[in-house]
Amino acid sequence: MLLLEVKDLTKRFGGLVAVDSLSFAVDEGETVSIIGPNGAGKTTVFNLITGFQRPTRGEIRFSGESIVGKRPHEIALAGIGRTFQIVKPLSGLSVFENVLVGAYASAADDGEARRIARETLEFTGLGAVGDSLAVGLPMGLRKRLELARSLATGPKLILLDEVMSGLNPSESKEAVDLIKRLRDEKGISAVAGVEHVMHVVMSISDRVIVLNHGKKIAEGRPEAVASDREVIRAYLGE
Amino acid sequence: MSKRLALSLALLGVFLVAAPFLFQARYAQHVLILVLLYVTLGSAWNVLGGFAGQLSLGHAAFFGIGAYSAAIIASKSAFSPWWGLAVGPVVVLPVAVAVGWICFRLRGPYFTLSTIAVGEMVRLVALNWRELTGGAVGVVIRPSIFSGTDKTPYYYIILVIAVGTVALCYVISRRKLGYFLQAIREDEETAESIGIDTIRYKLTALIISASLTAVAGAFYANYFLFVEPTVVLPLILSVEIVLMSIVGGLGTVGGPVLGAVLLKLSSEVFRNVFQQANLLIYGALLVIVILFMPEGLIGGFKKLFKSRLRKEQSASA
Repeated sequence: MLLLEVKDLTKRFGGLVAVDSLSFAVDEGETVSIIGPNGAGKTTVFNLITGFQRPTRGEIRFSGESIVGKRPHEIALAGIGRTFQIVKPLSGLSVFENVLVGAYASAADDGEARRIARETLEFTGLGAVGDSLAVGLPMGLRKRLELARSLATGPKLILLDEVMSGLNPSESKEAVDLIKRLRDEKGISAVAGVEHVMHVVMSISDRVIVLNHGKKIAEGRPEAVASDREVIRAYLGE
Repeated sequence: MSKRLALSLALLGVFLVAAPFLFQARYAQHVLILVLLYVTLGSAWNVLGGFAGQLSLGHAAFFGIGAYSAAIIASKSAFSPWWGLAVGPVVVLPVAVAVGWICFRLRGPYFTLSTIAVGEMVRLVALNWRELTGGAVGVVIRPSIFSGTDKTPYYYIILVIAVGTVALCYVISRRKLGYFLQAIREDEETAESIGIDTIRYKLTALIISASLTAVAGAFYANYFLFVEPTVVLPLILSVEIVLMSIVGGLGTVGGPVLGAVLLKLSSEVFRNVFQQANLLIYGALLVIVILFMPEGLIGGFKKLFKSRLRKEQSASA
């Protein structure tokens, strides 16, 4: 089943075309990676889908309904979660409270919100640090908290902006496992923006979309994309 | 709630109820009433400024509107000025909504500047709309229900208002609304990304904060029986309200309470002891608290308590 459908999406900043006639789709339960060098337009795509920026042109449909022009919180409540490239923990709050705030979005009452928050902490392996202040966490855990907070809102699709940036090898392996479990255990679709960690892309993605200068230059199964001539050229130069 | 906390709250309750009998001097009772009035003002401001992180320097406007509501009811109709306690928040509501609609488009220092403008606008309206407000002359109110000489009834009324306000803050801090406001304070984009309608919740905080401030204003009018722009609408009143929360501890339930008690008591004591130098000492006190306890008294005490706890633990280990 089609979950997210992006058609002819374009965003101009003055003379710069950050996203250029981009079309793609995400199925239910599918993990798609958007890869591309720094400045390729990945974050802009995420901002456009989540309503933080308005597209210059194009259509975005989620579960068959157009979401262009809706405000970010409406899109979040419709079922699209996101994480930020630069992690933004609610620093005055504990890890548990950070996730609790997310859980309130979908929960009917206080008790349910607390239950969802606890479950989400367990699922993301943050149970042991629930009482710590979010501000003191190491990078790997902060990224996970970012994901947990979004997950607690009960999304059908989650957009992960630069999931791997700033992580050391063991942290990034844990992140990969967590992203796989999102799909396998929760059935949540994901779109992951990844700059250049190819082995990550290969292991998490059902499908890969390659952006360069805001344009889609390749799309397909990870192995196929990795051997694509134009992709290699974009990454490595001629 | 720990046993020790419950016990201290119970003791505090007994003290507050018995206070007018413990302190029979009218001046002492007057100071108690002032402290409770500022506890109300600080706590009310804290809902918007502390929890939601929207630093308003225009709360004198809501206070003044509450005070003028009571005064104008008394001067233009046969109703008791005590009706101001109910009418004040109603009058303040459209003002708060308008202020929110305009000022919440701005963030950070720009929001704060715009609230100063709101406060000044309300003051100028009160100064110039002479038919209604009496202009610079103000409005004198005849005391209603209570004679005005015995302070005890006023003490109990403001006690109920203050305790109610603090209790409401406590409930808010433990509920969804409180968490949403804190999320907005920490990062508005994050709050939006997890489905929080930031405009709606900021407006909710403003309405609660402004209404409670108006109630305090209406009480003020009934207690002082005189309302004029330089007394109920000056910028310095807004600043004073903010200082209480900052000194006590922003965004905590106990912070504005502690701040109001410390600042109001010390300003009264300093005025008597140091006379002309009272503001100098008061200023020095502020600087000391802000220098050594940047998170306010509450944060400072927590740190002290924690380090003492750690020492005890390491000593016993």
